[in-house]
Amino acid sequence: MTGSGLLQRHLSFLEALRGAGLPVSLAEDLDAVAALGAVGWHDRETVRETYAATLVKRLGHRPTFDTLFDLWFPRMIGGGVAEQGRAAADETSSEPTSRDNAAALADLRERLSAALTSGDEQALAALAAEALGRFGAMPGRGPGLSSWSAYTALQRVSPADLVGRVAQGLVDGGLDGEAAERRAGGRVGDFTRRVEDDARRRIAEEKGAEHVADVAVRPSLDRLDLTTARRADLDELRREIYPLARRLASRLTQEQHARRRGPLDVRRTVRASMSTGGVPLVTHHKPRRPHRTELVVLCDVSGSVASFARFTLMLVFALREQFTNVRAFTFVDTVHEVTHHFTPGGDLADTMTALAADTDKAATWGRTHYGRALSRFASEHGDAVTSRSSLLVLGDARSNHGDLALDVVRDLAGTARHAHWLNPERRRHWDTGDSAASAYGAIVPMVECRNLAQLTEFVHDLAR
Amino acid sequence: MPDPTPTQAPTTTWFASPDDAVARLGEVGYLADTATGTVGFLAGALEKPLLVEGPAGVGKTELAKAVARAAGADLVRLQCYEGLDEARALYEWNYKKQLLRIQSSKDDQAWSETHDDIFTEEFLLTRPLLTAIRREEPTVLLIDEVDKTDVEVEGLLLEVLSDFAVTIPELGTVAATRRPFVVLTSNASRELSEAVKRRCLYLHLDYPDAEREREIVLSQVPELEEKVAGQLVAAVGRLRELELKKAPSIAESVDWARTLVALEIGDLDDAAIDRTLGVVLKHSSDTDRAVRELRLRA
Ligand SMILES: Nc1ncnc2c1ncn2[C@@H]1O[C@H](COP(=O)(O)OP(=O)(O)O)[C@@H](O)[C@H]1O
Ligand SMILES: [Mg+2]
Repeated sequence: MTGSGLLQRHLSFLEALRGAGLPVSLAEDLDAVAALGAVGWHDRETVRETYAATLVKRLGHRPTFDTLFDLWFPRMIGGGVAEQGRAAADETSSEPTSRDNAAALADLRERLSAALTSGDEQALAALAAEALGRFGAMPGRGPGLSSWSAYTALQRVSPADLVGRVAQGLVDGGLDGEAAERRAGGRVGDFTRRVEDDARRRIAEEKGAEHVADVAVRPSLDRLDLTTARRADLDELRREIYPLARRLASRLTQEQHARRRGPLDVRRTVRASMSTGGVPLVTHHKPRRPHRTELVVLCDVSGSVASFARFTLMLVFALREQFTNVRAFTFVDTVHEVTHHFTPGGDLADTMTALAADTDKAATWGRTHYGRALSRFASEHGDAVTSRSSLLVLGDARSNHGDLALDVVRDLAGTARHAHWLNPERRRHWDTGDSAASAYGAIVPMVECRNLAQLTEFVHDLAR
Repeated sequence: MPDPTPTQAPTTTWFASPDDAVARLGEVGYLADTATGTVGFLAGALEKPLLVEGPAGVGKTELAKAVARAAGADLVRLQCYEGLDEARALYEWNYKKQLLRIQSSKDDQAWSETHDDIFTEEFLLTRPLLTAIRREEPTVLLIDEVDKTDVEVEGLLLEVLSDFAVTIPELGTVAATRRPFVVLTSNASRELSEAVKRRCLYLHLDYPDAEREREIVLSQVPELEEKVAGQLVAAVGRLRELELKKAPSIAESVDWARTLVALEIGDLDDAAIDRTLGVVLKHSSDTDRAVRELRLRA
């Protein structure tokens, strides 16, 4: 790495990655330097892939990495060549044109519609930069300073309104209606993202990439707050959950796995030793006893934890593929068994839809009432919890100041082989307001579980 | 004990540059994108193991094979499975043979002599990891589906992949004279340990974009009409957008193409998709879902 400028940039880029939650080790830092030495700096995409190959070892970290890479190694400076060309044209034209006027807007939308229809990536990149340059410029805080707003630019250009036109264009090109609609929507989404990226890039030019990284980059997937996760984030989370569920399942059944072989099968071993003069060269073992652990999941699906509930139901679905014996219950103020929705080999989307429709049954009054729900559970489904069960409660322990039914919980936890409580609320909010976190936590070990990293940690700690 | 550090390590130049990697993989039938070409080049140039993660059937295993073909190297493969242990992965003493030797040894032979006798090359069963390290010719070591092993095996891999040397207590240390090009694959059914990941270069392979998939399908099934190839890739793309238990991979696209050629289907319309969907989707719940969501029986 020659030139202290480049080294400086490299170091601060790695600092930003670490700040965003990517665990970049010193060894990996050195790998990146060696790798860049081998490929050189002349091609930006090669540099990107080289950094990615040496520093990013989890799929969930890739979006964060790409955002930060675009900030530290921007595609271009300022508005690029196109903008300078336009500025020159604006000056030479006879009419006094401002950069932002109705005609310019109509013209840009026209070109954008064409580029979205043809899917011309390069044109779209240039148009995103132009849209921001013309319609997203904001007066800055000092003379000669400006700022950039993707929000303003997107309000003016309003690419979402072009979906219909673009879809029609695609239909004319021979695509069927639904596919056209979907593709048009996808391309407009991509364009929106490009404008946002470009705004970050230009702000970074003025205020420094570090500033933007601090304020505008979404946290990497595993730090994402589950209670505020967006739909698209949840989709990505889902992909991360399957491996985790498999691990959780094997951790909860560890006892049987610790011994890889079953007990010695003496008869077979002795019989086999006959062919080797009575020397038992090969030992035979009885098959391992299949594990009998059952998992009972109680899931708070009230409004205060809606996003979290979606996530935990996904987790339960994934677990169902590992454990044959999973029973799942949802509750708000009463309790409702949802096990039958989790058919083995079933379809995740169907299951989530059915569950959503079914959550109504968990609420009679619509206000969370842990005490009532748990008592109901004990009286109606108490037989689900036995000495072979692992009990998992998922919820924020906010019970609208109702009775907590602590005795009931103590009974359940005492019967079960293990009991764990995952609380999606920040620990410092526990016991504030109507939270009964400590009261329940004293009976069932409670851990904060706000994001994938914490869930992973929980699964990991289960082994100890 | 032999010196573990070889005096002069012959190095193999696997690829000259990322572009060279893309081109030469292409020549042997593997169509790689920029990321794959870059990482393939780096794995060879830096002599670092490459971990390839991604869903089933996107070309992880094939990449290792293609590297071997492109470089004229031999492939040594360690297929991982639950219960794989050191004896199967690294080496094992052939103790049946050792026992027979002990029984047949003359009474006057001292035990120490017999001992020296039976812990020699003759009684060693080498397994893929040791085989790959000892080979003097250019070698691609494919450690396939690492996520299927138990976590302890990762510790073993880490040891071997750190020094490319193996210590056999009775024989001494065997160090690679020429480092193999190592590819580990994983379907990410579980997270591999941070330590293994830190040691490796990382590549996430996903379903290719429509254009590259069309090229792959046509290169593997040249008899397929271009028009049908386009329709097939579009249909596969739609199927991947659904929430399926097992989304169709490149392997399924290729199978589908072969089927269409065999059935002489020249136009992949909804009826034809419906009729041949079984080639692409492996679960009946997936087939039901596809028929419903794509309204194939409208
Ligand atoms: N980039 C590619 N170029 C050519 N063929 C490919 C490519 N990727 C995948 N394939 C085809 O897909 C098949 C499945 O790939 P494979 O390597 O077995 O998948 P994986 O190991 O990821 O499960 C291969 O046999 C090959 O025919
Ligand atoms: Mg494979």
